[in-house]
Amino acid sequence: MAVGYPQPKKQILRLNLNGRWREDAVADNQLLIEYLRNIARLTGTKTGCDGGECGACTVLVDGQPMSSCITLAVRCEGRSVETIEGLTEQGRLHRLQQAFHEKLGAQCGFCTPGMIMSAEALLRHNPHPSDDAIRDALSGNLCRCTGYVKIIESVRAAAEAVP
Amino acid sequence: MNETVPTHNIGGYVPMIDGPEKVSGRAKYTADFISPGMLAGRIYRSPYSHGEILEVDVADAFKLPGVVSIVTGADCDKTFGVLPIARSEHPLARDRVRYRGEPVAAVAAVDDATARNAIRRIRMKVRELPAYYTSHAAIAPDAVALHEKKPGNIERDVLFELGNVESGFADADLVREGTYNCAEVCQNQMEMHAAVAEFDAVRNRMTVYASTQVPYYVHLMLSQILDMEMSRIRVVKPHVGGGFGCRTEALNVELIAALLARKSGGTVRLMVNREETFITHRGRPETDIRLKIGMTKSGRITAVECECYQRGGAHSGYGVVTILYSGSMLYAIYDLQNVKYLGKRVLTNTPPCGAFRGHGTVDIRFAFEGLLDQMAGELGIDPFTVRRANYLKAPTFTANDLMVNSYGLPECLDWVEKESGWKTRKGKMPKGKGLGMACSHYISGASKPVNWTGEPHATVKIKLDFDGSIIVLSGAADIGQGSSTILVQTVAEVLGLDMGRVRVITGDSDVVPKDNGSYSSRVTFMVGNAAIDAAQNLKALLIKAAARKLDARPEDIECLGEVYRAGAQDKGATFEEVVTEALKDSGTITVTGNYSTIPESHGGKKYRGAAIGGTMGYSYSAQVVEVSVDEDTGVVTVDKVWVAHDCGKALNRLTVEGQVQGSVWMGMGQAMSEEAAYHDGLMVTANMLDYRVPTIQDSPPIETHIVESNDPHGPFGAKEAGEGSLAAFLPALTNAVADATGIRFNDLPMTPDRVFETIEKHRRTQSRGNGARADSNGGT
Repeated sequence: MAVGYPQPKKQILRLNLNGRWREDAVADNQLLIEYLRNIARLTGTKTGCDGGECGACTVLVDGQPMSSCITLAVRCEGRSVETIEGLTEQGRLHRLQQAFHEKLGAQCGFCTPGMIMSAEALLRHNPHPSDDAIRDALSGNLCRCTGYVKIIESVRAAAEAVP
Repeated sequence: MNETVPTHNIGGYVPMIDGPEKVSGRAKYTADFISPGMLAGRIYRSPYSHGEILEVDVADAFKLPGVVSIVTGADCDKTFGVLPIARSEHPLARDRVRYRGEPVAAVAAVDDATARNAIRRIRMKVRELPAYYTSHAAIAPDAVALHEKKPGNIERDVLFELGNVESGFADADLVREGTYNCAEVCQNQMEMHAAVAEFDAVRNRMTVYASTQVPYYVHLMLSQILDMEMSRIRVVKPHVGGGFGCRTEALNVELIAALLARKSGGTVRLMVNREETFITHRGRPETDIRLKIGMTKSGRITAVECECYQRGGAHSGYGVVTILYSGSMLYAIYDLQNVKYLGKRVLTNTPPCGAFRGHGTVDIRFAFEGLLDQMAGELGIDPFTVRRANYLKAPTFTANDLMVNSYGLPECLDWVEKESGWKTRKGKMPKGKGLGMACSHYISGASKPVNWTGEPHATVKIKLDFDGSIIVLSGAADIGQGSSTILVQTVAEVLGLDMGRVRVITGDSDVVPKDNGSYSSRVTFMVGNAAIDAAQNLKALLIKAAARKLDARPEDIECLGEVYRAGAQDKGATFEEVVTEALKDSGTITVTGNYSTIPESHGGKKYRGAAIGGTMGYSYSAQVVEVSVDEDTGVVTVDKVWVAHDCGKALNRLTVEGQVQGSVWMGMGQAMSEEAAYHDGLMVTANMLDYRVPTIQDSPPIETHIVESNDPHGPFGAKEAGEGSLAAFLPALTNAVADATGIRFNDLPMTPDRVFETIEKHRRTQSRGNGARADSNGGT
């Protein structure tokens, strides 16, 4: 398509997104969150700030929590990216999702996808975290509704649930 | 024999009905509505604090390929504002800019990068005017007026004296006066502002998706700004990522999106970033308070004199209401007879403030509870004793004619006193540790809405059709507080049905009845009562149909939810059978439920604006805060909070707890770290690092107790739960720090640098041995 306005150079990005490999043409300066939301149309991942301040955009890249709003999409070439949508299996809620629902870890829900992804990264390497470990792992994720009390309860409940 | 019994849905721990969407990423917020061909919108904002606009040059921007349309003040000469008496604001500035960051022009382009590039090519010329960043500067005699109709830059002054303050002070054994300053704070809800506007040029219709608490007010203002009939406008409120008052009025974002969409003849998604969301904050104004209280030896309050200045920003917003609340809500928590209040809402060259959670009550309560604590100390009586000496006795009317029917404050105090171990621990804490207590209250919806139309305060519709599913239609805006869940619980409870039978549709003006919106904690009380009314009307229809089917009299029909029967021996008819019978009358059934407040709750007429503060029911809260103060670093740590909140009746204990904990925590942010700071009118804290919101690491355990005073007018006895516990935290904290250090902080936030500086100053004074009093007005 001919366009009359300047377009940044694009390259083909190949990555594993929520368990499936896919290829897309991605601009060199495209952020991972723009790729996820605008190209892959996975809008569960949220933008809450102007860059790396709030944690709402947290996704897992090769299992590690990353702020997708300060990560270039092309840096994920050949890697695995997991978003909140990827946690749900056959339409059933993942144990963290179930716990955040039942324990009211989510009020407005806007920080929730990032919060759950950070908690998921924690539980994968520390299945039975102390409250201090939960606080450490979630210290980069801001929430404005809950005062965090029920978020801690939610992560605790998920850890106790049979996976 | 059928064992069916009605299902009960009220009073338990009920997860939110839209929880699965939120935790799975399926919940759609405004910015998530991405459609093919949609244009990207961006706003050009004034780099000047105050000036006459000479020129806005968009020619260079318009030449950029990919730019579709540009709007400026020239495109709209209409004004908006939430209060009909104070609509001074243009969506895009005309003639004059009044704060740094005020929208001046906006671009719609094929993509966001192009829109941003275009914004950089816009130029404006102004004749600069003197700018005022403090209340004090703005009301100086020679100050230039921001608005022609507001001489002296006073948006509104309030003065009343009820009772006799002079004789009240004469009756006191102790009179003390303090000055207090609370910084401006922002809601900083997690979702940044966004709007998607779709203009149908063929039919001349506008649809706007808005992240708002008040879809109806947005509808009104869109009509006014677009000069378009309301019937041509549709407002959709998707999931909203928090509000806390920021979105209780139409914001320029949704209005500008609509102007761009119309000019472009298409769909525009207007996104603003976090810095712009801060500038469009409508937060709690910086407040200066002078408070004087008279007290007897037994702790009885004899007189109160209060002076309050609020730095309101460049436009009114809710300002008139805020300054009135600050006066009227001195009442309705304690028995006060002699009160004088002077309030001034000042216009300044800073972004407009608005209705932040606890609207108008928080900073005043901070001052009041702090001074009570100080005076209790001087008189040698316990702070709990002082509160107990001043209880109201419900039912009653306050001296400013506010109606109080239920009053659970005594139970709140008893619980926090006992659970915190106050009696055994207070005064015996180790060095650097302290306990403090305070109380607060809030309304359950303003009894008179700001746009008085004469209609009922709330209307709910229920639809029942062949499939036996019950659809509740409501305009109540769920912004994360759980109002849709409460509606489902309420309707299911009245009908004795499982919540699974009931669904709720909200947030689309084409479908749902009008609602004034989610603010002033009105929804559970007013919409809840309307939902009960609607469900009872539906139940009456179903009972009539069941009577016909069972060949019995309606008064003999017993509703068991899934079964209707005529007496205990009757096997009865199933819910589906009753529905089928009922549909024979009219086809698809729709019923309406309404709720209106009673005139007695509308406040008085003893001074102009005395209706503000009137409500059907006040919530009450008491808190004890335990702190550790590190005197070498100035770091204050909140170790634990005990809070008891009287919400009348907890319809949903889970969401009440969540609301109360969130309120306490938000009070903590204001008390300890949050502050909107400006440099030459530029907000320099407009990001989530410099505007310091407490992280999970800073946040204490909050022991939460629900007190149920069963309000006679509340839905199942309920009152508000989402705001009343915020204010008490601030003074409970400073009272605890005074207990720990002997120093009283009257300026907020008490950041470590301020605490450290004050402690140092105190040490120096003490080492000089001049016996200066321990109370301080903070470190500034």
